Amino acid sequence: MSTDRQKLRIGGGLVDRGKPVTFRFDGRVLKGFAGDTLASALLANGRHLVGRSFKYHRPRGIFAAGVEEPNALVELGAEDRLTPNVQATAQELYEGLQAKSQNRWPSLRFDLMAVNNLFSRFLTAGFYYKTFMWPAGAWEFYEKFIRRAAGMGKGTHLPDPDTYEHVHDHADIAVVGSGPAGLSAALTAAEAGKDVLLIEQDFELGGTLLYEAGEIAGQANADWRRQTIARINGEPKIRVLTRTTAFGYYENNILGCVERVQDHVLTPDPHVPRQRLRHVRAEKVILATGAFERPFVFGNNDLPGILLSSAAEAYVNRYAVLPGEKMVLYTNQESGYRVAASLLERGIRLAAIIDARSPVPTRHHHFAREAGIPLYPAHEVAEAKGGLHLKGLVIRKIGDGLEPRDIRLDCDTLIQSAGWAPVLHLQSQRGIKPVYHAALDSYLPGKCADGQHACAGAAAGYPTSEDAAVHGHKVARYLIGAAKTAPRLYAPKDAPPPSPAPVPLTRAKCFVDLQHDVTRSDIEQGVREGFRSPEHIKRYTTQGMAADQGKTGNINTLKILSQVQDKEQSGVGTTTFRPPYTPLTIGAVAGRSIAGELRPTRLSPFHDCHVRAGAEFITAGDWLRPWYYPGPGEDVTAAYIREAGEVRSGVGMVDVSTLGKIDIQGPDAAEFLNRVYVNGWKTLPVGKARYGLMLRDDGMVMDDGTTWRLGEHHYFMTTTTTGAGAVMRHLEYLLQIDWPELKVHLTSVSDEWGGVAIAGPRSRAVLGSSFPGVDVSTEAIPHMGVLEFDHEGLPVRICRLSFSGELAFEVYTRAGFAGNLWDLLTEGGKPHDLRLYGSEALGALRIEKGHVAGPELDGRTTADDLGLGGMQSTKKAYVGSVLKNREGLIRNDRRQLAGLKPVEGDTPLKAGMLLFEGDGITPKGHGIGHVTSVTYSPELKRHIALALLAEGRERVGTLIRAVDNGGATVIDVKVCSPHFIDPEGERLHA
Amino acid sequence: MLRIDCPFCGLRDETEFTYGGDASRTRPPLDETRAEVWNDYVYQRPNPKGLHSEYWFHQHGCRSWLKITRDMVSHEITAVAYAKDTGE
Ligand SMILES: [Zn+2]
Repeated sequence: MSTDRQKLRIGGGLVDRGKPVTFRFDGRVLKGFAGDTLASALLANGRHLVGRSFKYHRPRGIFAAGVEEPNALVELGAEDRLTPNVQATAQELYEGLQAKSQNRWPSLRFDLMAVNNLFSRFLTAGFYYKTFMWPAGAWEFYEKFIRRAAGMGKGTHLPDPDTYEHVHDHADIAVVGSGPAGLSAALTAAEAGKDVLLIEQDFELGGTLLYEAGEIAGQANADWRRQTIARINGEPKIRVLTRTTAFGYYENNILGCVERVQDHVLTPDPHVPRQRLRHVRAEKVILATGAFERPFVFGNNDLPGILLSSAAEAYVNRYAVLPGEKMVLYTNQESGYRVAASLLERGIRLAAIIDARSPVPTRHHHFAREAGIPLYPAHEVAEAKGGLHLKGLVIRKIGDGLEPRDIRLDCDTLIQSAGWAPVLHLQSQRGIKPVYHAALDSYLPGKCADGQHACAGAAAGYPTSEDAAVHGHKVARYLIGAAKTAPRLYAPKDAPPPSPAPVPLTRAKCFVDLQHDVTRSDIEQGVREGFRSPEHIKRYTTQGMAADQGKTGNINTLKILSQVQDKEQSGVGTTTFRPPYTPLTIGAVAGRSIAGELRPTRLSPFHDCHVRAGAEFITAGDWLRPWYYPGPGEDVTAAYIREAGEVRSGVGMVDVSTLGKIDIQGPDAAEFLNRVYVNGWKTLPVGKARYGLMLRDDGMVMDDGTTWRLGEHHYFMTTTTTGAGAVMRHLEYLLQIDWPELKVHLTSVSDEWGGVAIAGPRSRAVLGSSFPGVDVSTEAIPHMGVLEFDHEGLPVRICRLSFSGELAFEVYTRAGFAGNLWDLLTEGGKPHDLRLYGSEALGALRIEKGHVAGPELDGRTTADDLGLGGMQSTKKAYVGSVLKNREGLIRNDRRQLAGLKPVEGDTPLKAGMLLFEGDGITPKGHGIGHVTSVTYSPELKRHIALALLAEGRERVGTLIRAVDNGGATVIDVKVCSPHFIDPEGERLHA
Repeated sequence: MLRIDCPFCGLRDETEFTYGGDASRTRPPLDETRAEVWNDYVYQRPNPKGLHSEYWFHQHGCRSWLKITRDMVSHEITAVAYAKDTGE
């Protein structure tokens, strides 16, 4: 395979020339090598221009060589594997990779939206707030236009074909970063017997050692790296995770990490997840996260061809790519010259060096002279020139008192180094503020008070690989307890004070945040408009709020704030970093918890019986419940109307196993029930049940259900399906914390018992046939009577109670016997034409009867609101008995349970509809109530609903309106009693 | 994520527990009828920057209510006991 198209590929580097890789960018077929990133392969092919900017649609190129990249964002993949906003500088190249530039239309070179650049005076700081937030509601109108014009890449709407998983890792020492500090820290800890997890976001270990010239212990960086990695691979105590980013650092030393298992292959292996979210819990954490190089702020500093000097060194030494033919260095410190020397060693002579310092140290003059590179001491870059790519620079002498004279320099590449910024994102996430060190003109880590973690190497300010390696070793010794005192952060002796950052006079845009298109003048304007704190400036200008969280821009913003406000930089303050350090896929966060596995699915013990009976199921909370049992050609509506009618005219059976069930035992059980329910329990005899209502301490209804007295000291409580967990927790709280003197024990038996309700005029007959020999007469089992017996080895509990208003019985057995009970009842029901009904018919029956359920027990209703005020005992105290009488809870105009009938009986209502007076005035605001539960009533042959309506009981007989779709749907309804059928309850006693 | 050393079950992950609020409050006697007293009990909460006494329910474990001392700044848990043993 030839490399003829890779016109800027040079010799050396770490790419694998034996493994050529073909990829596509904007449809063009290009070649690179294994070991390339997408960015290095694009540069090898002479492609700098990779995107358009967020707001102004200015052409943008590759700026960095790692995760700090603000510009080179691409759409990766296609169809259902399309990922937007992928950093080309961090994306490993693979065979068949497809990427597209984003945020341009119709093409990258000719972008119509670049017209935004001409109107840029309208797009300055705070423009979102000023222009579009007024009048109220305008934002909704403007937003979609803005999103199209100013935006990032587009995602896909197709389902994700890949899988993701969560795993948990444990380690004595977790080391984040595998540069010189990370490698030596990991080795030191492992050799002391600690279990070490070494986490590296790159696909290669080594960090800066992969490209930076330098020496450690007399060895060249590259050699030291090779040898150290060999030792690490031979060290069983070290587990290495590459392609893994520690994106979040949380309390108790937990690191959130994402491992990109298969983001470097075209077709993922379906048996392996695409990404793993790793929850790493470590005794101690070493943050060897390195430092980002800082750029200068000057005119047109966003042109393609302008990049960080460390990036240039990485492209040359690691990826064997020449960033440009004619390169100029712009710097104000030592490391710029180190890069110049490193490039010279590779035979790359810079066209010029511009140094903003005055004076420039003599050794740098010597270097430049010997290398034959023109040096411009005490000069600044005023602005860059070019269209789609850098063509030249305008530079000026700084501050010699003379009229500045523009000097033109021709070049195609500018590499810049304005200093370093330790990567303190993870530490900052723990709420530890970075501290400004004037001698370094840099922010260093804050103090870790609890000794749980430490920053090492360049993250602690150390400038050379050797310093970093030594510091990493010391930090590891300290954290494993081998050294008493914490190693110091970098503090240079007798370093000259850093030169102030140049502020060139230029009418061109000087970008601070390349990803969000925020300029120096935006920051200055923010300050003029009264914003002072960096946190406010950040939100007002959006600097640092893009996906890169301002990795290359934040420090320049703080610098500008200090200059403009004429304040010491240490007093300016900082912003706070938040997880994730680099963007995270939603898939990784969700892991396996998607679709049907979002929550556990609970099945009734009768589930197989329902399947055999042909039920259609519906999800209710965690439960899968039979929804209806379709007859031939029936949909849910036809089926539930038929099923409900069959119950009222004959007999039906429904699964009620999802109800919460609590076994209550102990000599104080009656006293306990008396305290938790609003009604009295002291007089309930053995063999009877009672409906109970419980309140919260604040006086609102918490839950309802029946409780059966099975023995002297033995009760069986049922709760609502959704309230089961909260009721159990509440009752245990009362017994364990508030009333430990009560001798009562609770056991959750929701899963131990399965039950059905047999309802309808012929229900007693079904029981008689199913349990021959058991007396089920009214005398033996009166209303709310309980029977407990053993039927041929089958344990049975029956209570005569009704949710539908018909004569009905709940029949329970041990869950393991559920199938037997089902068979027994269906067999016994045959002569009486026993039918099955599902949750939809159950709902219709209870709405007809006016029984409250979840939609009415919404946590905001009192017993009186629900028409159950009369249940509340006045002779005893119980949970909520005092606060239920608060002024606001006893007002007459509260929303009360009411029935609604649409005037046109064939007009369905919808739950959630708002209710308004029937006065013909255009509905506005929140109305006088809302519809809670709706159904078609098979009994009344019309639509009906329950509602919570202000003064609902007073309004019976009046006409009001139900409103939906923001007023587009208005239905006239008549208020009535919520007890639509049999208000006297005669059927119960049939 | 917290780990709570349940006296019955041992060291367990926070996901097994449900938070139960401030443990410095005491339920008024059942026959207390003054609304202000109940109002204080139900609504008034301290919000210390430092040690906080709180209840946690071992929902997916032994079902014990635990009384825990947690630092609201560092989340460090310095004491765990059965709520039962600590009540008067
Ligand atoms: Zn426990």
